[in-house]
Amino acid sequence: MAGPRYIADPEETVRSVELDGLSVLFHEPSGMTHIVAAPAPEILEMLRAGPADAAELLRRLRARFEFEGNEAEAAIHARLDELEAAGLVRRA
Amino acid sequence: MRNARLLVRALRDPASLGDCDWNGLISVARAEQLIGSLAFRMAERSVPARVAAIFEAARHDAAQARNQALWEAEMARRALAPLGVPVILMKGTAFHAANLDASVGRSVGDLDIMVPHASLDDVEAALLQAGWEHVKDAEGYDDGYYRRWMHELPPLIHRSRDRMIDVHHTILPLTARPRPDAQALIDASLRLDSGLHILSPADILVHAAAHLFADGDLAGGLRNLWDIDRLLREFDSPDFRRSLEERARLHQLGPHVARALRLAHRLYGTPVDRVFAGRFSLADRLFEARLLARNGWGQDRRKPLRFAFYLRSHWLRMPPLMLARHLWVKWRRPAPLSAKGAAERKPAPPAIAT
Amino acid sequence: MRHQLFLQIGPVSFRIGSAWGEPLDRLARLYAGYPEPEAGLCDFTVRLEPEQPWRRWFRPSVAIRGDYILPDAAPLSLAHGLLAAEMGMNLQMALGQKRYLLLHAATVEKDGRAVILTGESGAGKSTLAALLGERGWRLMGDEFALLDMASGMLLPFPRAVSLKNGAIRVMEAEVEASRFGPLLAGTPKGDIRHMRPNRNALARMGEGARPALILFPRFGEAGAVRAVGRAEVFMRLTQASTNYVALGSRGFDSLNRLIAACPALAIDYPDTATAIGLVEDFRQELAA
Repeated sequence: MAGPRYIADPEETVRSVELDGLSVLFHEPSGMTHIVAAPAPEILEMLRAGPADAAELLRRLRARFEFEGNEAEAAIHARLDELEAAGLVRRA
Repeated sequence: MRNARLLVRALRDPASLGDCDWNGLISVARAEQLIGSLAFRMAERSVPARVAAIFEAARHDAAQARNQALWEAEMARRALAPLGVPVILMKGTAFHAANLDASVGRSVGDLDIMVPHASLDDVEAALLQAGWEHVKDAEGYDDGYYRRWMHELPPLIHRSRDRMIDVHHTILPLTARPRPDAQALIDASLRLDSGLHILSPADILVHAAAHLFADGDLAGGLRNLWDIDRLLREFDSPDFRRSLEERARLHQLGPHVARALRLAHRLYGTPVDRVFAGRFSLADRLFEARLLARNGWGQDRRKPLRFAFYLRSHWLRMPPLMLARHLWVKWRRPAPLSAKGAAERKPAPPAIAT
Repeated sequence: MRHQLFLQIGPVSFRIGSAWGEPLDRLARLYAGYPEPEAGLCDFTVRLEPEQPWRRWFRPSVAIRGDYILPDAAPLSLAHGLLAAEMGMNLQMALGQKRYLLLHAATVEKDGRAVILTGESGAGKSTLAALLGERGWRLMGDEFALLDMASGMLLPFPRAVSLKNGAIRVMEAEVEASRFGPLLAGTPKGDIRHMRPNRNALARMGEGARPALILFPRFGEAGAVRAVGRAEVFMRLTQASTNYVALGSRGFDSLNRLIAACPALAIDYPDTATAIGLVEDFRQELAA
């Protein structure tokens, strides 16, 4: 069952600085600053490549990272909700 | 009044300004929410270095304000898109979204949108879902009043961005005497690339005139009138003049638009349709005095006049019997937290997502 | 306005108007020796006004107004008019300053290196900075640090130091009486007394300094020092800034530049002597 598909703004619209393993992001369209931890930066990177729903996103992430336990799906949904509320991703 | 006239002249004809009371000009501009517009109008002028720095900072700030306003509109769009109803941007945000001349240097407070009356409940639900919430302490008595008689939902504020949205379904309260045609406003609205709408040019002017007179006590009037000047100059054509008069009459706001034209012409030299506008009257002089009622320290100098205008603006919105009751109840309660206002709001802290 | 005073403080100039003479007389004495703004041009206007017209004479009530206003701010008594003027200047900076990035912090400088002291109110930053200012350091400011976004330099903003309660006695023991304003008792924050920075601070108020160290001092614990991670510093500094959000990408870039350039330490200190000792140690390490 496909959920809503999400997309992120192009790379040039977000300034990113790494500080102690966290990413500080300045999002130009909103003028807002966010401090995010993994996997948020990775999710943004993947959604820039093309729109995806949570299931597809999980597949892309699994191809790159190791996941422990079966919390991954719930975690992805939660992160997507947060990123959407912050305006960093939107429904495609 | 001298310093308010200085501001008007600086906006109208920046090249004509010699050395002047810069402190006074800047304080009046700030008090009237016109510092951004002034800073852009004066961009090419040579001014003392400190004044140039103030104007430069004001231009940067205006760019930020524009960005923020457009972002609020975008977030509202995202929340409301699934409903499939027209969402019409109004006032400053509309100017920015459509890149109108009136947007240059224009600060924006709340996001004002208009939606069909029938969709109000769904719109409110969608906004609440997307993180807006009712403003706490927003005049408890007035919740019923707002929903029934005013032309908007009670104000909503976004919980993390700390920015307000005002949702209207027409451009004047239902209790006001002129009854604009809300459906006609929606039917004539123009769709932007984003999918959001703005009013048609003539309707934008009609709304601006309504806002200037009927919807307030003329606080911020110099800025509203500057909007009107910029809009009229950008849209002016024989077709537009015909359309403006037609729409003004349709929305029962002919006298308001005519008065707005007279005052814009008088203060900012706006080219207007002299026949429709009519002659500058004694009553107009009172309006003019009210608009210019600031001294060089930014103080409002016409207290008695100001109270008369406040009373008048309430009378225009409500029949007299309701007015008496409303004012009495309002006076009994301590002054509520101001939901809108010319005053700055505290900047929101950055959002943090982990 | 009936009474007026013009002040230049670092790169920022104010005009303060008042319906009453006394607060401005006191302000003028407190700021004796400060320059007047060039050509009288002012960045901000502060107004001390009666809440209602009759409150000018009858139970005088001083409303703090100006270019930028907090609509629901409570007025002060005339006896605290000097405090109203100071709060008015703070308000203009907090709401209207868009040219420099503002941090709620004290700054001191020695040998061209500036130390930023920031953290919660009441942690003793003002007192520490004021004391350092009397021990060979230059006091650049006790309330606001001004970061020039283009150059990355800190600019001085040497307002009168706002001392509260116990800190008043500490500084009275160190500094001559002529540099103090009147004791304002019974304010919402307790007793307040203002202290003018010394001649060195005033003479050099046009001179910026390169930021070298960020300190988060905390009073009341046994002496301890720990490094603060950059992400935490970033978060704490944005919270300490009234205009970070309004400055957009320039604010983001200059704050990151500041953090990249400066080590950041949290220090707990049981007494000011310990704190001053720690600051001197850090300075020597930086100079080495």
